[in-house]
Amino acid sequence: MLRQASRLLARRSILAARARPFSTDLSAADQTADATFTEAWNKVIPNIDPPKTPLSFMKPRPPTPSSIPSKLTVNFVLPYASALATKEVDMVIVPATTGQMGVLPGHVATIAELKPGVLSVHEGNEVTKYFVSSGFVFIHANSFADIIAVEAVPLDQLDANLVQKGLAEFTSKLSSATTDLEKAEAQIGIDVHSALNSALTG
Amino acid sequence: MAALRREGRRFAPLISPRSITAVRSSPIAPTHEDEGPIGVRYISTQVVRNRMKSVKNIQKITKAMKMVAASKLRAVQSKTENSRGLWQPFTALLGDLPSVDVKKSVVVTISSDKGLCGGINSTSVKISKGIHKLNSGPEKETKYVVLGEKAKAQLIRDSKKDIELIITELQKNALNYTQVSVLADEILKNVEFDALRIVFNKFHSVVSFVPTVSTVLSPEIVEREAESGGKLGDLDNYEVEGGETKGEILQNLAEFQFSCVMFNAVLENACSEQGARMSAMDSSSRNAGDMLDRLTLTYNRTRQASITTELIEIISGASALEG
Repeated sequence: MLRQASRLLARRSILAARARPFSTDLSAADQTADATFTEAWNKVIPNIDPPKTPLSFMKPRPPTPSSIPSKLTVNFVLPYASALATKEVDMVIVPATTGQMGVLPGHVATIAELKPGVLSVHEGNEVTKYFVSSGFVFIHANSFADIIAVEAVPLDQLDANLVQKGLAEFTSKLSSATTDLEKAEAQIGIDVHSALNSALTG
Repeated sequence: MAALRREGRRFAPLISPRSITAVRSSPIAPTHEDEGPIGVRYISTQVVRNRMKSVKNIQKITKAMKMVAASKLRAVQSKTENSRGLWQPFTALLGDLPSVDVKKSVVVTISSDKGLCGGINSTSVKISKGIHKLNSGPEKETKYVVLGEKAKAQLIRDSKKDIELIITELQKNALNYTQVSVLADEILKNVEFDALRIVFNKFHSVVSFVPTVSTVLSPEIVEREAESGGKLGDLDNYEVEGGETKGEILQNLAEFQFSCVMFNAVLENACSEQGARMSAMDSSSRNAGDMLDRLTLTYNRTRQASITTELIEIISGASALEG
């Protein structure tokens, strides 16, 4: 409850526009960004209304609380859907290019690229696993994690036979590849399918 | 009586030697509300009937187009709403700097291929030209990348030399992320930029479309802004995992951001197009209905006037015989 109070206080002090080092809260700053744009626009093109910018359509993120919150707020988005939107969880394990990375509340602010692998979301006792093709993960200092993936499927929707077939197909393509581009494409296919394989078995 | 009722089909005017005034009105008189002197032959009702038929057809066609646009809108709208979460993490991380000062900016204008969709394409083109003007100055240049036939037609007229790339027939197959990412790849490969400004119409509701501009910065500019402090100053606090250099990850990030923002922009514009077409066709069918009402009144008036004229001729002819 004290944390709620501190968050409320912090939000009210946005209006005082205090400079905060790790803040991902943009509502104070964005007014100025939009204002310079609007002014410049009105000077040059006075007859037409200036266009809106994405900031006006987005809810501002809460600022960094002074103590570590107990839950991590996760936004897991795909081009076709928001799989998880501001869901509060205990931990997520993301398949970053440097290996499986566990993210807990209070994690240091990070930008990481993802490689094909398994993403698991831990909430209490339940674990939901997705196979992610690739993407990015942003961890903000206020315990918000944004995972943006190109494609993600729950593990139970993967077919082992098709995975094996795909792996064999791409291995043969790699051996018969001539140009660098074909080699790179075949290598990517192999990487994804072997990750799928290990996701299904491991 | 039957002859009088068949008046509409008679084209050749009757020449009655016993009519009081043998004045014939000009058969090509365009004004239907002419109340000329007695004996003046009015324009045949066939012309009015033809107009009524064509207006009724127009009304049916525009009503059908409205239904088609409504069903297409329903299909695209769900996709668009699902894709709205895609660009928010990027704006949360990198902020939005539409007024950033760069040397090379590229304006990506998104428009439709088909017409009859109200004023949304003109709005997009006006905004793009405005941004071009905003970003012009010494050592600064702005180029266009055009998506869609309608913007191409308008921009090619006066900014032909500034157009780098033209892409049309975007909606031949249903819009999906793969197609848009290939497109984004093409643009990134062929066009040099410091900042990309994507101009599109954001879909708020069936009657409201807001012109919006999203800015995507190239990795070098992101670094520059991060170093100089200001909105992106917090970016340095983020640890960058993986890759050999931070620059490599930032490059991938910028490209991914561009494709995600493009995907959302293209979907929103498609939604706006269908919504605008719906309201344009709706007002068009309403206007056609009004015109039809007016034409019906004119038709009845014309018909009754010619009946009256015939009656008068006959009666005056008969009375001349008697008396």
